[in-house]
Amino acid sequence: MTAETGVYHAAEGAVLSNAWLLIALPALGAAILLLGGRRLDKWGHWLGVLMSWAAFAWGALLFFDLLGRSGEERAFQVHLFEWINAGTFSLDAGLLVDPLSIAFVLLVTFVGSLIHVYSVAYMEHDPDRRRFFAYLNLFVASMLLLVLADSYLLLFVGWEGVGLASYLLIGFWNHNPAYATAAKKAFIVNRVGDIGMALAIMAMFTAFGSVTFADVFAGAEAAGETKLTVIGLLLLVGACGKSAQFPLQSWLGDAMAGPTPVSALIHAATMVTAGVYLVVRSMPVYVGAPDAQLAVVIIGAITLTYGAIVGCAKDDIKKALAASTMSQIGYMMLAAGLGPVGAAFAIFHLLTHGFFKAGMFLGAGSVMHGMNDSVNMRTFGRLSGVMKVTWATFLLGWLAILGVPPFSGFWSKDKIIETAFVGDGWRPWVFGLAALLGAAVTAFYMSRLFFMTFHGKDKRWADDAHPHESPALMTIPMVILALGSAFLGLALGVTNALAHWLEPVLGHEEHHEPVLPIPVLMGATLVLVALGVLLAWRMYWNESVPQTAPRGSLLTRAARRDLFQDDVNEGLFMRPGQYLTRTLVFVDNRGVDGAVGGLAALIGGLGGRLRRVQTGLVRSYAASMLAGVVILLGGVLAVRL
Amino acid sequence: MDFPWLTVIGAVPLAGSALIAALPKALAPRARHLALGVSLITFVLTLVMAAQFELTRAGEIQFSEIHSWIGEFGVSYALGVNGIGLVMVALSTVLVPLCVLAAWNEIEPDRARLFFGLVLVLEAMMIGVFAARDLFLFYVFFEAMLIPVYFLIGAFGSSERRRYTAVKFLVYSLVGGLIMLVGVIGLYGSGPGGEQGFLIDNLTGLDFSSSTAERLMFVAFFIAFAIKAPMWPVHTWLPDATDEAPAGVSVLLVGVLDKVGTFGMLTLCLPLFPEASKWAAPVILALALVSVLYGALLAIGQTDLNRLIAYTSISHFGFIVLGIFAMTSTGQTGSTLYMVNHGFSTAALFLVAGMLIKRRGSADIDDYGGLQRSTPVLAAGFLLAGLSSLALPGMSSFVSEFMVLTGTFVKYPAVAVLATLGIVLAALYILLTYQRMFTGPIKEYAAGWKDASAREVWVIAPLVVVILFLGVYPKPVLDVINPAIATTMQQVGVTDPEPTVAEGENK
Amino acid sequence: MNQIYWIYLAVLLFSIGAATVLVRRNAIVVFMGVELMLNAANLAFVTFARINGNIEGQVIALFVMLVAAAEVVVGLAIIFTIFRTRRSASVDDANLLKY
Repeated sequence: MTAETGVYHAAEGAVLSNAWLLIALPALGAAILLLGGRRLDKWGHWLGVLMSWAAFAWGALLFFDLLGRSGEERAFQVHLFEWINAGTFSLDAGLLVDPLSIAFVLLVTFVGSLIHVYSVAYMEHDPDRRRFFAYLNLFVASMLLLVLADSYLLLFVGWEGVGLASYLLIGFWNHNPAYATAAKKAFIVNRVGDIGMALAIMAMFTAFGSVTFADVFAGAEAAGETKLTVIGLLLLVGACGKSAQFPLQSWLGDAMAGPTPVSALIHAATMVTAGVYLVVRSMPVYVGAPDAQLAVVIIGAITLTYGAIVGCAKDDIKKALAASTMSQIGYMMLAAGLGPVGAAFAIFHLLTHGFFKAGMFLGAGSVMHGMNDSVNMRTFGRLSGVMKVTWATFLLGWLAILGVPPFSGFWSKDKIIETAFVGDGWRPWVFGLAALLGAAVTAFYMSRLFFMTFHGKDKRWADDAHPHESPALMTIPMVILALGSAFLGLALGVTNALAHWLEPVLGHEEHHEPVLPIPVLMGATLVLVALGVLLAWRMYWNESVPQTAPRGSLLTRAARRDLFQDDVNEGLFMRPGQYLTRTLVFVDNRGVDGAVGGLAALIGGLGGRLRRVQTGLVRSYAASMLAGVVILLGGVLAVRL
Repeated sequence: MDFPWLTVIGAVPLAGSALIAALPKALAPRARHLALGVSLITFVLTLVMAAQFELTRAGEIQFSEIHSWIGEFGVSYALGVNGIGLVMVALSTVLVPLCVLAAWNEIEPDRARLFFGLVLVLEAMMIGVFAARDLFLFYVFFEAMLIPVYFLIGAFGSSERRRYTAVKFLVYSLVGGLIMLVGVIGLYGSGPGGEQGFLIDNLTGLDFSSSTAERLMFVAFFIAFAIKAPMWPVHTWLPDATDEAPAGVSVLLVGVLDKVGTFGMLTLCLPLFPEASKWAAPVILALALVSVLYGALLAIGQTDLNRLIAYTSISHFGFIVLGIFAMTSTGQTGSTLYMVNHGFSTAALFLVAGMLIKRRGSADIDDYGGLQRSTPVLAAGFLLAGLSSLALPGMSSFVSEFMVLTGTFVKYPAVAVLATLGIVLAALYILLTYQRMFTGPIKEYAAGWKDASAREVWVIAPLVVVILFLGVYPKPVLDVINPAIATTMQQVGVTDPEPTVAEGENK
Repeated sequence: MNQIYWIYLAVLLFSIGAATVLVRRNAIVVFMGVELMLNAANLAFVTFARINGNIEGQVIALFVMLVAAAEVVVGLAIIFTIFRTRRSASVDDANLLKY
């Protein structure tokens, strides 16, 4: 690590000091659209699009502003206002504009704006299109807050904001009960992750007395390994929730209930990668905690394998893509966990993945648009003829994710595989081989998806399906994203531009040699990818695909059910939880309230007995009075004598 | 002599209620207009008073008034507020107009005089209890508050169980109050006595002859406040009460009246019995933790909307008590802010729920469904209030809940870790309810429903605005609370733990 | 003559009065028993005043007579009313104030 990290300059100049506009513009858009009501239905979506592009424009200005400065001077803190001042806890709201956050800002606003444009056409017939754009703008604002925040607590605000937007958008068609359940599930699982996030922030405050990036990173070296490991693991729990990493991955597949542009933007390109951002941003913490790093790598390796296996069995085009997203984020996590040496590649893959996965999701949306909203790939086939643009853009995305040179994925994913092979002992072999085999499986399931949809022996369309190309508003964003999928890696990878750009944040890292020579690794990767494609070609292009899914092997059936993740969650948490609440409700009514009610009944009963003494007979009262007096007098005399 | 702000603010609603009671029968429907006007005047007066509050001295008692009342017994009429008292008085006066507005069409005109008169009496009593600086006076207001609530529940309850509920509420509160009375008298006996023997300032920092006596008195006070707050296991009166009470009364009951419990813990228990507070803290933290989780779990299991909100409040009160007895300035400031925020978010929940129940004629959650498309504004109101209740960042309750948890974590990490589980449970009970009531296909029963009327929007909108504003910029409230908490911490004699890692050299 | 005998007389009178109240059913007779007890108390007061040589006992006796007179008026009126409505002066019949 270099000494510069954690030193931030005060913002200067109009562009930098007004960086808050980035967040404010889409937030304003969301507010106007939500409060404006039905009267904005006609043009509201264009306002949403405008706000998103405006945020992109400001982000681009910021980028060029930073570009004009030397490397060490590219980190600026924009002080906004005094936020919380409670006892010893004092925190100002502030933004951090540095190469890492700007890289995210550009990705979020650019891909986000393209998807805004796409959605104008995609959601054209939805009566709630205005509300949809309000949520999209809300998402963009929250995501920008997440990446621009200069403290963990403010990051947490954005973190939950994107979670809320995701909840609202997954459940956008919540008149379908299954979709409403999916939305709730996403939020709850994310909240489980948030426990880790919240506890991490509390632990930071306990240790450092502050939760700003600057203070935490400055104190990290002195903190000792135990504290950093605890914080690192807690942060990882948060990251797992948001990025759908094992064991909190179960929500992502269901999240496909949302409209497809949402899946593209939130559940592929941006929000789900927030966990990677968190780990990379917290690199100074992880550098001091090798055990936490190892945990990140293990989680990444497990998830990338898990996602790849699940992706092979899904017939739902969106769920297959979601499994792929999970797997690709597993790659990023793995890279991020390898420390500064891999972090730059994690971000690199994150950017290229943002382009090609968003492009493919939009392609899937385009296919659904033409196929009466069907998502079952077994009812597609040979669509390349009727949807030429969609096919072409999807082809570029497919080549990119496969890692075929010179497309984007080659530059980013191969680097991760190489880095996974760096190190000594057993680690490079386990993690490296996982990454390598993952690439082969990725090639298989992505090819399967591509062939089943666009190629194959036969058309398996439903009778009422009339596939057609989507309107230009949808295809243009797809084309732009496809160009990104094709050339972004080349542009950033050949000159190592991104690594240099991120150097002020992540520090300069010497190149390490993997345990096997690089050409061998590269060759092995390409061979394995080719094998995967070949296998898929044999099964799904050369053979006809049955309309109904065959029973399949044990593994296939398990993978269709997401390797029983929902059953495990249900058995371990949901059922016992329901049993617990039911028991407690019973205990509360009968036990706690019953004890009080019982006491009242007891006293009431005693009173009932005692009142029998009141006979109404004057003479018996007189007798008891006399007796009382005699007893009293007797008592007094007894004491006196 | 300064202007007696607090007396005036308390007297205005009292006079208003007298005026309403004196209205001739023909003018009975006007009672609501009168009540709204009076409560708004009270609110404006509070704003004016708050504007004159000296921020630099927020830790001290301001707007003091002292008059001898029953000199022979050492009882005086003494009012005054520090930062904590000020925000609580403000909370009361903000919520009353909204509750009046919420009950606008709910009450039959011929009973409107009784209802609105009682609400104003309640407001006066609440202001009194937050402003009292004499222990005896505090006790008087503490018990007098019960009277209007007893009648509001007993006379305006929604079902046949209202009498049972009203008596249950009264008995619970009286038991606590009477136990506290023993403590009050005992404390007077330990104090200096004389003309002003009940003044809280004269009773603070006493040197108790035996720690047992101090502990017993502390327990006497604490039981009363725990019942009021309400904490597990003396909470069962609250769900019953909110089940019966009209929405506006529930708001005042849970939003303000119950805060007297936590307010008392913070401003009476801690300064009066510092040693005993520290002695009892572990047990109370455990009880608070149980309240947090127990309340949340029970909320998940409820089928009745009002009872559900009541149980969420039990969970939230657990958080507040947690922050108070964690004995850190962060936790206590968080708790005080939590009292304010919880007042707003629960008010919003109860009021929206009231609007829905009024339309549907049932509080059973399973009777609803698919409402998001029929009544989008009400759905949005419910969701926003719910998100505030689950402490979503950006909403005001996030700041307070996080401060409470952080303040606890610094001293008791294990307790904080367990309490943090509450945030998942909170998400469950809110979102599950939202899903059951508002999502799904449109149902027939809601065919003729009108979305929120202008009046209803005016009830909810101010709350939502405050919730969002305080979430982004809680500084105005925190600035008032912070010095008061610093004073409390000093009186108790505790300090905040230092960060465990020394600051880096390059800082 | 030893003044303690007046006290004995007072005790005797009080016992007779108390026995009358407890044993008799007729409200008028019960009332007379009450009066007897009052006068026994008066006698004791006056006697003690005499024994102690001060005036307080006599003053109180006067008070008691005054109150007794008032009580007789109210009491007789109540008995009379009860007799008129229920055609009975027995105290055992008037037991409406029971549980």
